[in-house]
Amino acid sequence: MTPASLVLADTGTITEINPVLNMSVFGLFVLVTLFIVFRASRNTKTAADYYAAGRSFSGPQNGFAIAGDYLSAASFLGICGAIAINGYDGFLYSIGFLVAWLVALLLVAELLRNTGKFTMGDVLAFRMRQRPVRAAAAIATLAVSFFYLLAQMAGGGSLVNLLLGIEGDVGQNVVIAVVGVVMIVYVLIGGMKGTTWVQIIKAGLLIGGVLVMTVWVLALHGFNLSELLADAASRPDGKGEALLAPGAQYGETWLTKLDFVSLGIALVLGTAGLPHVLMRFYTVPTAKEARRSVVWAIALIGLFYLFTLVLGYGAGALVGADEINNAPGGVNSAAPLLALALGGPLLLGFIAAVAFATILAVVAGLTITASASFAHDVYVNVLRRGAGNQVNEVKVARITALVIGALAIAGGILAKDQNVAFLVALAFAVAASANLPTILYTLFWRRFNTNGALWSMYGGLGTALVLIVFSPAVSGSETAMIPGADFALFPLSNPGLVSIPLSFLLGWVGTMLSSERNPKKQAEMEVRSLTGVGAEKAVAH
Amino acid sequence: MSASDDDVGGAPERDWEEVQSGPEFTELRRRLRVFVFPLTAFFIVWYLLYVLMATYAPAFMATPVFGNVNVGLVFGLLQFVTTFVITGLYARYANRRLDPIADKLRHELEETK
Repeated sequence: MTPASLVLADTGTITEINPVLNMSVFGLFVLVTLFIVFRASRNTKTAADYYAAGRSFSGPQNGFAIAGDYLSAASFLGICGAIAINGYDGFLYSIGFLVAWLVALLLVAELLRNTGKFTMGDVLAFRMRQRPVRAAAAIATLAVSFFYLLAQMAGGGSLVNLLLGIEGDVGQNVVIAVVGVVMIVYVLIGGMKGTTWVQIIKAGLLIGGVLVMTVWVLALHGFNLSELLADAASRPDGKGEALLAPGAQYGETWLTKLDFVSLGIALVLGTAGLPHVLMRFYTVPTAKEARRSVVWAIALIGLFYLFTLVLGYGAGALVGADEINNAPGGVNSAAPLLALALGGPLLLGFIAAVAFATILAVVAGLTITASASFAHDVYVNVLRRGAGNQVNEVKVARITALVIGALAIAGGILAKDQNVAFLVALAFAVAASANLPTILYTLFWRRFNTNGALWSMYGGLGTALVLIVFSPAVSGSETAMIPGADFALFPLSNPGLVSIPLSFLLGWVGTMLSSERNPKKQAEMEVRSLTGVGAEKAVAH
Repeated sequence: MSASDDDVGGAPERDWEEVQSGPEFTELRRRLRVFVFPLTAFFIVWYLLYVLMATYAPAFMATPVFGNVNVGLVFGLLQFVTTFVITGLYARYANRRLDPIADKLRHELEETK
């Protein structure tokens, strides 16, 4: 493997990647955020404080936090790299990730805020039999969070390789463990309020840093997008004109094309089923603020993806495909290498720290969501049948966070060579299959009942997982997780095309096969979801 | 917690079905649905059209529009534009046409405990 310090040797501008500088900038970020987390934790007493930050964030603040939660390492490193290497096809990812927010804005955010307390399970339990639907919701939440966590930790591994110049398994594993421990500290001490502040700061730094790089790249090309595209396409080591049109990555056979359609559907329907996204809507005082937070999130996320388009082609033009592919970290190194080419080691240090912060913040958000789901849905409402008190509940949530953090560290060490964007796409497919149909049916379909919810959630989750196991992503190809074996019976690597429609269908069939109806609860839920009567209020301190 | 019975806005024995079938609530629900359902159908179809074109008509997408900017890039950027426009339209519609009725109903329901 090429030593990190020699990455740019062939351009004639040997610029040392400076691990000490990168670590210092990152260390500074950790110190500042830890200080804020400690301050924020002083008011964390009740479950509403711990899970929902006392519902005290404003719409714009929560919009930044959503952007911080959503713009993960896969978005930043993965999409920049995909555009740099495969051109247009990388852009397709970002469009799916953005358009998906309209589902959350138009159909989910406000109604969910008005009817739930902390988790997705709350909304389902409103008008269905509590224990089975909460258990199902918690299982789906844990499954989605697990895939997403793996993706983030895997991204962390390849980042370490590039940015800190740390090679060899031991060094990388130590760094993954350190990142995991810092994240656990945020979540244990700061709860949702501390986690939210980490995400707000991270979103500001990330979008600011990317803005500077975008303007820089455009300035080098006379603020002419066409000229930038021409430079990217004229690199001899790249894919040439193919970079500018769709098809470089997905256009090979009818199966790869179908696979892309499947991915596109999973991306656009997955966001509104991601548990850590749903939970963010509870951190604001009203449904109106939930709406404002999504509007802010869409603006920030949309701008960010427009910037990554410029950065991706910029990396293709200024760094080149060969250097990116040969760098430690591979495709994921496009954005950091571009920073190095533009602003030297200092800008690289800043971008590296932001990328680490990104992983840290997203992992913290996932951990608090998964632990809330376990403590609130499983422990309090399923195991204790609603008898647990709030102090106990928060204690259980903290212990769960510790366990999930440990699992994330172990998973990150095992998964560190996996493709980050692919793992995230799987998380989206599982979220869209297991969660979205049930959420939409619960909010909009009067006849929907417990049986339908269970069929849809377990059916969607099970189908998605089984299809993933038998997909070419897991076995049967050189790039698979288990390259030696071949049990790829299902031809698509993303299951969304099959599992999402099936989950909608199962929800309908399951509902019709059960005679359960609860018009009183449905009426109460619908009135409350649209008007906000009796919605959980902000906590006054 | 059966929907937190301790902090329900109205009395527990409130007849929610009566509210649900009342004229004001029916109007609120109608206004929400006539706006968000067609828009959702539109952006899903518009997005799927984009995905299908990118997948099955790459040659068309590669047609240059000006300089090195081609149909595919313009189509992709238009997805950003429609997302921003729909967001703006919905926020405006919700503020003007949904919030007033929802606020009025909420106040009425929370006062008549």
